[in-house]
Amino acid sequence: MKASAFSYARATSVGNALELLAAHGDGAKVLSGGQSLMPAMNLRLISPELLIDIGDLGELRGIALARGTLRIGALARHVELLNSPEIAAHAPLLTEAIAHVAHPAIRNRGTLGGSLAHADPASELPACMLALNATIIVRGQAGERRIAAADFFTGIYETALSADELLIAVELPTASKDSLHFFHEFARRHGDYAIVGLAAQAIMRGRMFADLRIALFAVGDRPVLAAAAARLTGIAITPELLSETAAALAGELDPQEDQQASADMRRHLAKVLLVRGVSTLLGRPELAGVLA
Amino acid sequence: MTAKSENPSGLSVLDRPNSYIGKTVPRPNLDRLMQGRGLYVSDVELPRMAHVVYLRSPHAHAKIVGIDASAAKRVKGVISVVTGQELAAVITPWVGVLSHMKGLKSAPQHAIAIDHVCWQGEAVAAIVATSRAVAEDAAELVAVDYRKLEAVTDMRTALDPETPVIHASLGDNLAFERHLDVGSVDQAFADSDEVVEADFVFGRHTGVTLEPRSVVADWNAAEARLTIYQGSQAPHMVQNIAALHLGLRDDQVRVLCKDVGGSFGIKVHIYADEMATYALSKLLRRPVKYVADRVESFNTDIHARDHGCKGRIGVNRDGTITAFEIDDLTGIGPYSMYPRTSAIEANQIVNLVGGSYTTKNYRARTRVVFQNKNVMCQYRGVGHPVACSITEGLVDLAAMKIGMDPVEIRRRNLVPDDAYPCSSPAGLKFELLSHHAAMNRLMAMMDYDALRAEQAELRKNNIHRGIGIASFIEITNPSAAFYGVGGAKISSQDGVAVRMDASGSVICQTSISEQGQGSESLTAQIVGSVLGVPMDRVRVILGDTDNTPYGGGTWASRGAGIGGEAAFQAAKVLRSNILDVAAAILQSTPAELDIVNHQIVNAGDGAVRIELSELARIVYFRPDTLPPGIQPELMATRHFVPRQYPFAFTNGVQASWLEVDTETGFVKLLRHWVVEDCGTIINPQLVDEQIRGGVVQGLGAALFEKCIYDERGQLTNANMADYLVPMSGEMPDIDVGHVVSPTAETELGAKGAGEAGTAGAAAAVANAVNDALAPFGAIITEIPLTPQIILTALGRI
Amino acid sequence: MTAHVSVSLEVNGEPVDALVLPRTNLADFLREQLQLTGTHVGCEHGVCGACTLRVNGDIVRSCLMLAVQANNASIETIEGLSDSGEIADLQAAFRDRNALQCGFCTPGMLMAAQDLLRQNPTPDREQIREHLSGNYCRCTGYQAIVDAVERTAQARAGKAMPEQMP
Repeated sequence: MKASAFSYARATSVGNALELLAAHGDGAKVLSGGQSLMPAMNLRLISPELLIDIGDLGELRGIALARGTLRIGALARHVELLNSPEIAAHAPLLTEAIAHVAHPAIRNRGTLGGSLAHADPASELPACMLALNATIIVRGQAGERRIAAADFFTGIYETALSADELLIAVELPTASKDSLHFFHEFARRHGDYAIVGLAAQAIMRGRMFADLRIALFAVGDRPVLAAAAARLTGIAITPELLSETAAALAGELDPQEDQQASADMRRHLAKVLLVRGVSTLLGRPELAGVLA
Repeated sequence: MTAKSENPSGLSVLDRPNSYIGKTVPRPNLDRLMQGRGLYVSDVELPRMAHVVYLRSPHAHAKIVGIDASAAKRVKGVISVVTGQELAAVITPWVGVLSHMKGLKSAPQHAIAIDHVCWQGEAVAAIVATSRAVAEDAAELVAVDYRKLEAVTDMRTALDPETPVIHASLGDNLAFERHLDVGSVDQAFADSDEVVEADFVFGRHTGVTLEPRSVVADWNAAEARLTIYQGSQAPHMVQNIAALHLGLRDDQVRVLCKDVGGSFGIKVHIYADEMATYALSKLLRRPVKYVADRVESFNTDIHARDHGCKGRIGVNRDGTITAFEIDDLTGIGPYSMYPRTSAIEANQIVNLVGGSYTTKNYRARTRVVFQNKNVMCQYRGVGHPVACSITEGLVDLAAMKIGMDPVEIRRRNLVPDDAYPCSSPAGLKFELLSHHAAMNRLMAMMDYDALRAEQAELRKNNIHRGIGIASFIEITNPSAAFYGVGGAKISSQDGVAVRMDASGSVICQTSISEQGQGSESLTAQIVGSVLGVPMDRVRVILGDTDNTPYGGGTWASRGAGIGGEAAFQAAKVLRSNILDVAAAILQSTPAELDIVNHQIVNAGDGAVRIELSELARIVYFRPDTLPPGIQPELMATRHFVPRQYPFAFTNGVQASWLEVDTETGFVKLLRHWVVEDCGTIINPQLVDEQIRGGVVQGLGAALFEKCIYDERGQLTNANMADYLVPMSGEMPDIDVGHVVSPTAETELGAKGAGEAGTAGAAAAVANAVNDALAPFGAIITEIPLTPQIILTALGRI
Repeated sequence: MTAHVSVSLEVNGEPVDALVLPRTNLADFLREQLQLTGTHVGCEHGVCGACTLRVNGDIVRSCLMLAVQANNASIETIEGLSDSGEIADLQAAFRDRNALQCGFCTPGMLMAAQDLLRQNPTPDREQIREHLSGNYCRCTGYQAIVDAVERTAQARAGKAMPEQMP
């Protein structure tokens, strides 16, 4: 399939991009990495009148550490995140998760901002933002807004971003030295969209979780920060507790049914991921079999 | 167990000095493919070439009430918009039946649908423009008024009285039915210690060639000649059929196939949109290019293997299998494919089930029904994968029932290696197979006992691994019994013309075709070996109906066995002719001379007498220096057709070793083995690579691939993200071994090997999964074995 | 509204100035406007890898990139990598091991393999399979490709293996 015809504008500044967005509204689409936009356009699933290419905007690049916060520009490519020493040091969950995003050629072009704005419920990075308690910074002609990740993802391909706003950057609190992370997804083939995935960020106090953020993806119309994780903090974890928590987690989820899995299967796999994740974080392999 | 073929001429290729037979040599001319300098049809550019896009029905079944192309025709860059009615003036319809498939019926199919669309994706109009993109823009503006009809999408109810009949002229939706009843099946079951039944379900799948189907049709009105650039496996068949339906003589059509980006049977059939493209070129008097995009490929490349089959097996406690019975149902598309028919796959299943075993009692029924889904036809392995999965699945179930090891039950029932020649209950004639030698070889290669021990040990830690075995027979080198007897103009013979040119280069023209399996290489290896010249002095021309002998092409694993034998015989004649000239020049006799390394030498002491290039110079430029009366002939053509056996059967056995995560249903393929007996092996590496590629297609079928239709007949996963093909991350390494039982029907002794990998791989995997899950009592007889299916069978969801 | 855009780029070391429609993707631009047909189109949704080439040294899916985005970029196609000799050893290994059959995936596969070896000169078989996991091959079943990449890596590391039969 060949994309339908469109006009093309190379934005010269963020302001210029915002002008164009304001002028064209729904008729315009932002082109950053293009790894989600272009397949949709090639399949003629969408036919915008105008593509606004923000690829030249240096202001949107960069990964910087300042005052205990890691700021990542929206145009940071997946491969840059993967290879970034700052991210490896301060948000290693991301380093691990990015390796699961598609394949090298896609990661060389796809951007963090693009992935978050696209908000595919089966993708890795939105869930990582939840687990990392990220703040998503967007800008419109009226000014900037800071949106907590927990409030940003509102549905399938839907976010709190309005049609005339641009996602500018993401800010993450840096991981403390007691932090641990866990990431895993079940996918039929390497690089495929997950059937179910889990991104977890924990702060340990001794052998207990002082804080535990567990974000699941491909389990519904948006990534889910598991409320059930609260059951596991500040308490010694027994097989029974873990098993109950898994059941509670399954109860929180309203997964979609599709060609890869039924809703029941997704709930089941979410439980398996929770159990395997907690067992790994605690370094207690005997917990991994509680669902058997 | 090996057998040497008798050789009346005293010339055995295996004895020739510097013979390439049996040698792994790199294929010639790979550089152009590795440098991106090949010529695939999508690379072809001709002056004034236009691009066609087919507007396709979004409905599985509908009447076309009207088509309004007026807006589309006004789009800048559009050359023409053509409907089925308009194109019917240029190209006639066809019916995909063969007389030897008794009772097979099908309705006429047009190049572009007229009045009635029968599957989602069938073309209803052609938009020809200066680029594909512009044609797609215009296609969006063609307004088609459809009246939706009820779609027939469940093969199990296709024959029910309440189900609409897709083609009223046919009376019902039954395309073909066949019954076979041999021996005393009911008595055998009644007398058996155990009888086991299972319902086997096979996911419909498709070839997914990386290069989509592509055609450039170039009608030159001034020459009254049509040149078709197409990656077809059977160029002469395309020539014949294009000419027939366009009202041309065969010699007015030239078919050219240079590089082909994968076929596996997908590109051996006649497609409506390709026929339409030929017709459009004739209508518009300019070249027209059609390149299917990936979504179109999923919706219109032939699908295959959509079967549901009940199977029964009778077995006694001592392991003797007493009887096989199957009742097979397959739902094809709305038309039987042309010209090879969509009944062949089902027919083969009836022929092949149980074929490796001594069991004499066999009853089978197959019914082929029309559906409002994409057309279905031969794809690598054809009926073999389904027949093997059913047979080997039943054998494992029988073994489980009586508590016997799956290898042991096979050893007690596979046809003995010294039983040949013999026939199967279905009437298949076997010249020489090697089931037991192959099994022994497999056991050694995989160290079966060690794997069983490992399996037992790991089970104690809740790690579940399985071993699956699948024995199979494979049809290769088909005679006219396959298609010719039914009236199809598909040649079962092939020819090679070989000549030596003025500087000593050897040029071969062969009627077999190349899609990457090594047809060019095997031809050069054979000719080089027989003639005594290095391969790099041998140039092979194929894929051009103007410049090769007439022949069948490469399909049904026939290239090496049939085309190779033709090359062998032609090279023998050329060698003899060369030696006649050499003898005259050297005042010797042909028996005292030989050709080695591009030189004429004494047969006795090997002394060089004259360079071949010098001999050629004399023949072509200085025949005045030759003794009187000699008319040198440095060109020879030979054809070969199998006459004795309808098919050259091969055999093999495969094994899968895998692990099932019983918490998630995910399967990890750890390793795979194949022992294959394909007779004389011309190039071991190429044969093994054919087997590996074939195995991985079977692994795809076992775990991943399925065309998912909804109840409205919509193909819901027509893209590469949702239709799962095997990628490198999930595939195991595959060990290949061989037994060699040459066919005596040819001097070369080569049988085919192209499809063997696909024949048994899915069966081996399915048996391995059931073996892994045996402690849980879960038995699954459906593929693809998705995690969902496995978890459901385990009762986890 | 959808007028041609002027682009300046470098393709296999040669400067190119062209007028392109915004909607023309990089693969089609190279194949149709520059007649560099070694880059193949297999799906146009970024999944099969047949269109893989290098932009500014990084492998990308050229079907998912617009020609206009290649302005001021340096593009290397399979023709360029072949002519420069950069992958001569990899191509020789592919030939000797028959790591290609129909050849349609091969340009993209060679691109991805060379990308791996530049980043990780001594990959194990699993790492090779992983890096190539986005390149679809229907003919070989992948094992020969893994073998060829492994042998090339070993040879480059100075640990050339004796010629092995598969």
